[in-house]
Amino acid sequence: MDVLLSVTGLVAVAGAVAVVATKQLVRAGLWLVVTLGAVAVEFLLLGAEFAAWVQVLIYVGAVVVLLLFAVMLTRAPIGRSSDLDRPALPAVLLGAATALGLSALFAVVFGRMRVDPPAPGTAERIGDTVFKDWVLPFELLSVLLLAALVGAIVLSRRETAVAGEEPR
Amino acid sequence: MIRPVIPLVTAALLFGLGVYGVLRRRNAVLVLMSVELMLNAVNLILVTADTLRERLTGQVFTLFVIVLAAAEVGVGLALVLRLFRLRQDINTDQVPLDEAAEAPAEPAPALDGELR
Repeated sequence: MDVLLSVTGLVAVAGAVAVVATKQLVRAGLWLVVTLGAVAVEFLLLGAEFAAWVQVLIYVGAVVVLLLFAVMLTRAPIGRSSDLDRPALPAVLLGAATALGLSALFAVVFGRMRVDPPAPGTAERIGDTVFKDWVLPFELLSVLLLAALVGAIVLSRRETAVAGEEPR
Repeated sequence: MIRPVIPLVTAALLFGLGVYGVLRRRNAVLVLMSVELMLNAVNLILVTADTLRERLTGQVFTLFVIVLAAAEVGVGLALVLRLFRLRQDINTDQVPLDEAAEAPAEPAPALDGELR
């Protein structure tokens, strides 16, 4: 179990490194699929069945496709682009400080802890928890999704539709 | 037996890489991808926290975060597309922050006022 967790963790981190380091926009999106898929496998290993499938469906299925659509619609160059990056130093400093600081914190606090594999979080148990304890946030989320939907439509429609031309 | 420190350290590294990506990348779509990395790190921590207790709160919150990420990416990409239409470019370094004089030339959509 620990070996599997380590291997999928390594795959996820390697994919993430490729996402933030690659020079090609489309490849960044595809490496993101690798990372998100590896995280979904970790969810499965940690007993979060339902969350794993939702991760695959929504993240890998929807979010990455949306990002690739954005790459396409902004007419990104297909090959290598040279101007994707800012100077590295502040980003490296802050990123490394965050990663190492958090890692050290977790290693110190949870380093020796071992737990039994938990009971799987099936759709039934998740549904029980959502509709017993978290009904209000759940309903608020539906309103938020509606607001985001309307906001995205308003933001992305063409505002100066010439008379006689269908606004797209 | 599971060592929870393994997924936790993975999540810490993912979050650090996300921070690095947000600060390093110039292209707005790549910045959004890095934000997704950070959200995933948080999800991983929430799911791992569930192995330490008997309850499923972390997994429920993971679902909530996934829904939030979907909403965020939808609105974020709408903003990116609008930026691209205005400037033919989504390089975040070249967005002028004091565009008050230029703003009236690009009228906001009519619905904007009603929604606020």
